[in-house]
Amino acid sequence: MSLAQWSNLLVYAAMAIYTMAMISFAVSFAAARAGTGAATPARERAADPVLAPVAAGEPRGVPAGDLGDAAGGQVATPADAAARARALARERSPQIEAEMAAEARRGRRGRAGGASGAGLLPPGRRSANIGMSLTWLAFGLLVVGIVLRGVWAGRAPWGNMYEYSLASAAAITGVFLAVSVRRDVRWLGLLVSMASLITLGVAVLLLYNDSPQLVPALKSYWLVIHVAAAIISGGAFTVGAAATVLYLVAERAERVPDARLAGPIAARLPDSAALDALAYRVNAFVFPLWTFAVIAGAIWAEDAWGRYWGWDPKETWAFITWLVYAGYLHARATAGWRGRRAAVIGLVGFAAFLINFFGVNLFASGLHSYAGV
Amino acid sequence: MTLARGAGPVTDPPEDVDDEAAALGADWGGARRRRATGPRLGMIGWLRWGWRQLTSMRTALVLLFLLAVAAIPGSVLPQRATDPLAVTAWIDAHPGSAATLDRLGMFDVFASPWFSAIYLLLFVSLIGCVLPRVAAHWRAMRAPTPPAPRRLDRLPHARTWTTADPGVLAAAATALRSERWRVTPGPQTGDATGSLAAERGFARETGNLVFHIALVLILVGVALGALLGWKGTVIVREGTGFANTLTQYDTFSPGRLATGALPPFSFTLSDFDVTFESTGSQRGAPRSFAAALAYRPEPDAPVEQRVVSVNSPLRVAGAKVFLVGHGYAPHLRLTDSTGRVVFDDTVVFLPQDGNFTSTGVLKAPDAQPQIGVQALFLPTAAVNAALGPHSTFPAPDDPALFASAFTGDLGLDSGVPRSIYSLDTADLEQLGLAALRPGDSWELPDGQGSLELVGYERWASFTISHDPGKLLALAAAVLAIVGVSLSLFVRRRRIWVRVSVEPGPGARGQDAGQDAGRPAGGEARGIRAESRGPADPGTGDVDVAYRVQVAGLSRTESADIGDDVARLVAHLGGPVDEEGR
Repeated sequence: MSLAQWSNLLVYAAMAIYTMAMISFAVSFAAARAGTGAATPARERAADPVLAPVAAGEPRGVPAGDLGDAAGGQVATPADAAARARALARERSPQIEAEMAAEARRGRRGRAGGASGAGLLPPGRRSANIGMSLTWLAFGLLVVGIVLRGVWAGRAPWGNMYEYSLASAAAITGVFLAVSVRRDVRWLGLLVSMASLITLGVAVLLLYNDSPQLVPALKSYWLVIHVAAAIISGGAFTVGAAATVLYLVAERAERVPDARLAGPIAARLPDSAALDALAYRVNAFVFPLWTFAVIAGAIWAEDAWGRYWGWDPKETWAFITWLVYAGYLHARATAGWRGRRAAVIGLVGFAAFLINFFGVNLFASGLHSYAGV
Repeated sequence: MTLARGAGPVTDPPEDVDDEAAALGADWGGARRRRATGPRLGMIGWLRWGWRQLTSMRTALVLLFLLAVAAIPGSVLPQRATDPLAVTAWIDAHPGSAATLDRLGMFDVFASPWFSAIYLLLFVSLIGCVLPRVAAHWRAMRAPTPPAPRRLDRLPHARTWTTADPGVLAAAATALRSERWRVTPGPQTGDATGSLAAERGFARETGNLVFHIALVLILVGVALGALLGWKGTVIVREGTGFANTLTQYDTFSPGRLATGALPPFSFTLSDFDVTFESTGSQRGAPRSFAAALAYRPEPDAPVEQRVVSVNSPLRVAGAKVFLVGHGYAPHLRLTDSTGRVVFDDTVVFLPQDGNFTSTGVLKAPDAQPQIGVQALFLPTAAVNAALGPHSTFPAPDDPALFASAFTGDLGLDSGVPRSIYSLDTADLEQLGLAALRPGDSWELPDGQGSLELVGYERWASFTISHDPGKLLALAAAVLAIVGVSLSLFVRRRRIWVRVSVEPGPGARGQDAGQDAGRPAGGEARGIRAESRGPADPGTGDVDVAYRVQVAGLSRTESADIGDDVARLVAHLGGPVDEEGR
């Protein structure tokens, strides 16, 4: 079997594992919906003396696990606890972070759902943990598959749309896992594993390419720099967009107490302020990187095509993506544009990125439509 | 990155201006009193209002999104600047809407007045916002950090502990300075007591401003290139040459202010080599291009050799020569009815698809009578019912020419410009059709002459450009990346330290005024019990115990100052755990 075939095999294996991870994450949400353990729907929380302040209309603040940690197991009055929780949600001290990390290492992280202090491992929690492990496994398999493909071709393994998509799926998962090392983002696992799986599916079914060769335009060290930056940006854009979608869900659940769809999902999520902060951090991280990717592309274009900017469809959509994310960052700093409006702008930016990634290569004719589709 | 503009949203404009004008004491006497009936804005008032609107963040956001939307048609519709032939084809295919779209500039979006208007307004807005902020930032960097608030314990990450060490304030200042904090000493209240304010992270706003200024510089670089640079394309057949003069270009677009002669270099395309993938799903994809050039930087300079390929342009005499395309140039020999050879040269054929099914035209106005030939050149020929004659592979594995000859007035003497790539056959009489392999000769009917396919060469097309704004744009782009990274990753934050004499048993009430910040109840005592300070005033052996308060404040969103405070507190021997809120 050639290295390329091994690579394909690993990609298929990764897809199978991603599917299982996705199911595990979905089960954890379903468990939350059923109101068991980890994720108590808002309505039931209201009846619970400990969770009540969190559920009582105010932003859900920090789940019970944090409340217990922060107040040393004593919750004085509901109002106090809620205020305290909100304060904590805004700024977590290193100590609490460290405690959480320690708890995470012990395998019973208790932030997303609640009730960790009880020491029980509710079904939703357990399947989310299984999902995380499977995601790590799938990521490992995929990365090895990509590396083997690169070794087989003797070049950077993102020389055509198929390889680019494989690498993008790995980048999505990689960014997610990198974030998960420092904070509990298991609630993001479902969307991330789904996005990775869809990307891989498109790659395998629609974009498969059996050639190790490159078109001449791609034979440049800028392939490594420009495309790698674009791939990592894409992974981060995807994670940022997933967090933004969940922000909108949580925000709706906070606004509409009996939201039929958003409510149960949001019960499994941190409060909207924390989601918004995460989405912002990811997007703020990716913006300079995307700026770099665009500029590196311009430098390459100058070498390859004789102009650094020529309004090729790919360039145009990269520019549009950049503008919309710039708008997102500005909107967040502007009164009246925060919250939902900024979130929608962020999602529009992600849509522009997707159009740039898939649409331009598949439908527009331009200098970038080389990539062996 | 984020420019928080102005103090607040731009609200009711007349009032806005009214306030401002009244405050400035301009010719707006009594303006405030007239507010109930609605103010009258003079010329200057309206200008001020307009300027404020333009430089408001809301307007900038709207312009940003307008620019994004305005760019979309440029990616959907073919553009004259990149592909004029596609524009012509699109207009032919959509006769109904094309004229309107053309009038709106939809085929030249990025040079259209409305697109330019949006980005110019955006840049004016940006400059109008950034300049005052440069001044404000300059002042902020030189202004001292505000002294410690009275109730330090109310700030996030506040710590309080006691120590007997009288040098703790000085130690704090030293530690903070060594970590590049800018330390502003507060009022000294005693030998060892007083406060300090420390601040860092000015690079955030510096980066923010640098980023926005760099964007302006990029635009300046682009403009310089567009005004002073020039760019042309030329098709060169193998074995023929090019000299850098205006008449040799197929297309040439000089900058508006481009002056002076073109640098007098020249080159000959001695060989053009191209390989294609021959198997698998990528069959037919190009794998390498190499154009061997023999060039002279100046007319008298010795000839130099250089292979130009896609990512490897030739730099010569301040210009760059890029390989951008290639195709076939069949060598045709046409003999007319008198037996005279009226044409004997290679003809550039333009590829129509990925397999280089190429079309070309030969016009022989000197023939008796005039002869025109329309032809298809197929590097790997095939014929089927659906496609007719077509090529199945881009390399010349089985080349053939499908020619159609015409006679009549070619119209070349009429003075109307004609394309060299098309033949208007409306007034011509068709002589016949023939398929030729290299070496074949076709006797035209009625003794009108003969057409021979002698062989074929390749041609390569080059873009030659000179862009004096390029380096500025590149430098500005690098600056922009540095600036935006600083503005997003640097955290602006402040730390305050206050040392006061601890009131209580055995302590002298040296500065009771500082005591206001003491938390009520037993909280402070609880902390004292945890503190690592060597002194415990409760034992009564120590005359003076100092109360140390440290607190931090983050001035940017989602920035955690906790670890800064923790590090300082640990250094000063304070409690490890965060307490004392």
